[in-house]
Amino acid sequence: MSSSGIEPPKLYQGREPIFPRRVNGWFRNLKWIIMGVTLAIYYVTPWIRWDRGANLPDQAVLVDLASRRFFFFWIEIWPHEFYFVAGLLIMAGLGLFLFTSALGRVWCGYACPQTVWTDLFILTERWVEGDRNARLRLYNEKWGARKLRLRLAKWAIWLVIAVATGGAWVFYFTDAPTLLHNLLTLNAPPIAWITIAILTATTFVFGGFMREQICIYACPWPRIQAAMMDENTLTVAYRDWRGEPRGKIRKGEATRSDGGAKGDCIDCMACVNVCPMGIDIRDGQQMECITCALCIDACDEVMEKIGKPRGLIDYLALKDETDERAGKPPRPVLSHVLRPRTLLYFTLWGGIGVALVFALFMRSAFDVNVTPARNPLFVTLTDGSIRNTYELRLRNKQGEQTQYAVSVSAPSGEPLPGLALTLEGQPDNLVPVDADATRTQRLYLTSGPETTLTQTDRSDVRLTVQDLDGGTSATVLTVFNGKEQP
Amino acid sequence: MAGKDDEHSSQANPDNRIELERQAADRKHMADIAQDPPTDPEGQPVTPAQPAPPRETRVVRNAKGRREVVEVPSTGHEWDGIKEYDNPLPRWWLWTFYATIVWSVFYVVAYPAVPLLTSATRGVLNYSVREEVASEIQRFDEANAPVRARLLETPLEEIATDPELANFSTHAGRAVFETWCAQCHGQGGGGAVGYANLLDNEWLWGGTIDDIYTTIRHGIRDPLDLDTRYSEMPRFGTDGMLDRTEIAQVTEYVLQISGQAHDTAMAGEGAVVYEDFCASCHMDDGTGDREQGAPDLTDAIWLYGGDRATINRMVTTGPFGVMPAWQERLSDADIRAVAAYVHSLGGGE
Repeated sequence: MSSSGIEPPKLYQGREPIFPRRVNGWFRNLKWIIMGVTLAIYYVTPWIRWDRGANLPDQAVLVDLASRRFFFFWIEIWPHEFYFVAGLLIMAGLGLFLFTSALGRVWCGYACPQTVWTDLFILTERWVEGDRNARLRLYNEKWGARKLRLRLAKWAIWLVIAVATGGAWVFYFTDAPTLLHNLLTLNAPPIAWITIAILTATTFVFGGFMREQICIYACPWPRIQAAMMDENTLTVAYRDWRGEPRGKIRKGEATRSDGGAKGDCIDCMACVNVCPMGIDIRDGQQMECITCALCIDACDEVMEKIGKPRGLIDYLALKDETDERAGKPPRPVLSHVLRPRTLLYFTLWGGIGVALVFALFMRSAFDVNVTPARNPLFVTLTDGSIRNTYELRLRNKQGEQTQYAVSVSAPSGEPLPGLALTLEGQPDNLVPVDADATRTQRLYLTSGPETTLTQTDRSDVRLTVQDLDGGTSATVLTVFNGKEQP
Repeated sequence: MAGKDDEHSSQANPDNRIELERQAADRKHMADIAQDPPTDPEGQPVTPAQPAPPRETRVVRNAKGRREVVEVPSTGHEWDGIKEYDNPLPRWWLWTFYATIVWSVFYVVAYPAVPLLTSATRGVLNYSVREEVASEIQRFDEANAPVRARLLETPLEEIATDPELANFSTHAGRAVFETWCAQCHGQGGGGAVGYANLLDNEWLWGGTIDDIYTTIRHGIRDPLDLDTRYSEMPRFGTDGMLDRTEIAQVTEYVLQISGQAHDTAMAGEGAVVYEDFCASCHMDDGTGDREQGAPDLTDAIWLYGGDRATINRMVTTGPFGVMPAWQERLSDADIRAVAAYVHSLGGGE
């Protein structure tokens, strides 16, 4: 018994079932379109072919984990270029900030896979079991042949969707037609089956049964977005100054919007009945609200029926509330969307995007890394010369074997007299690197006994690697360790 | 909730001292107020307003789908105005929790789980990480078996030009080197005082891959290997073969032929000593003899050091460096791989 005198609460609480009603309207249509486009992208992408020549896969989008390559149409990303992926992730994050600060939780409401698949599952549910009232009746009905038949039919369709979802995922990681053939002939590797099984299970459970619970309990994003939104953010809200006091009205009776005393809200519960999150938007901003805008459609429909203007529930900015209470019209949408905060996000987002595109086009056909050996720093030879050893790592990103010539100079590009470059096992100072491969080559710089390099503790030198076939070259700055000065 | 035996309020728990003192002070305060009740300016007794218990509400939906306002208990914790409610857990979370418990039962049955005195229960799947590692090692050994067989058949000089063998010996040889050789020769093969630098272009016993292979196989001055590389520099000072002056003179001569600062007069005397005592091994011109492991005294490389004091000490006491023979400890394939690796470090001839 706690000191406040309140009964101890239940230790756990079951999910309160939600039966969203079908709704038609502008936002619902927009959501259908986004759903169609995103699902199409997800299912179709692995099947797009892209010719890259004989040695490389011809799948347009492929995450090749075995050989550590990522293919995206004409772009091929190697593991050391993972910064492209990091850059895209940062862009995705900033994009979320941008959209959330301008338009609230549009990601959650329209594009999040959880929303899209839940929508698809609810669509199936409605198709099999009927709309809200039919589903409510079925829910309260005792288990019998009819209920069992409907439930099994619904679950079966859900399962097909779930298998297709999990099945499509694995196609991104290997050649899709081959894998499909292997799956159909039961020859696919265990990891494919396990991945499909896990994703089938999560799709089935998250889309069919967990639904809004994922958003409320499992997803961290709703908590983070509170920091992204401000009083200028457009978000789904209820104009309580227009709607209250709510209640029944007679046909043609004047309300707030046409000079009456009663509110426009007739408390028809349409907004609550269509809500996939099971909340009442009239209670104000809530953590559960994913701003799917279905309540806007539902309310607009009712307002049209009773002959009142649309927009009792609408995309609003909290900043306009005071003005609107005083009867002034809301400020134009653009003035909410274009403001320093969103422009800053857009600038950052665009800046990273431009930098990534720039980096993409500046990529060379090969990469050079040079690591000076540190154990020991230098070797003294019989005639008193000093030799430094380097590990030269050459990545040939071309589809054919390439010869590379290596030379050394001062950082300014001037030749260094008395400094000789030799390569272990390559008498002609040429390094052949196989197609699409990395080669590690031991490289020696030997400096004569009386040269400045030998007598100096540490000097900068420049290595130049030239692609003999393509003609391009790359330079790397490194150091030469001479005799330690007393 | 708080009973007499609750350690959070028990008088026996010293951690509760401050709270107990505060409660005692409160009781005393209450007693004081009861004895002398507060009055308003007219002398009428005043009843202090009771603070309302904290009440928080939230909206839930009942079975019929109607909204209901219910009171939410608070834990009483508050930080900067943010209160911690005592909301129930979602039931699916509880199910997840139960599922992990059920999983743990299966896990304990299936996998090694319960520690015993010297081992642990094996589990019905009979899984063992050790066996996993052993089989993994065996898998690699089997995968490497063909290339190791080829390594044994191929003449040593041809290893470097065969891409597969060169790649294998670079990696396998490096692993062997870092396990068995790095202790003396350094991880990068740079050596140390008394331990040869394997990267430079001077070799005591020869720097071709065959020489290196023989040195690794039989060692240097290994008393247990009959084919070991053997030579011994006399202890000229210790055994009284040369006196201090002669040693000083020959030291100056060695400094001279290696191009270092020296006393010309003494070096001249030392040349005679060198001729009589040293030239048989180190040769007349001081360039040494690889057949006997006698180092070149004219170049810039010194095993023990090229300064006056070190040369003097070497002549006096005679060095006797040893390297173990590895043929008993390493397989022939490993010795070939590490020989190829050492040969590829920059000094190979």
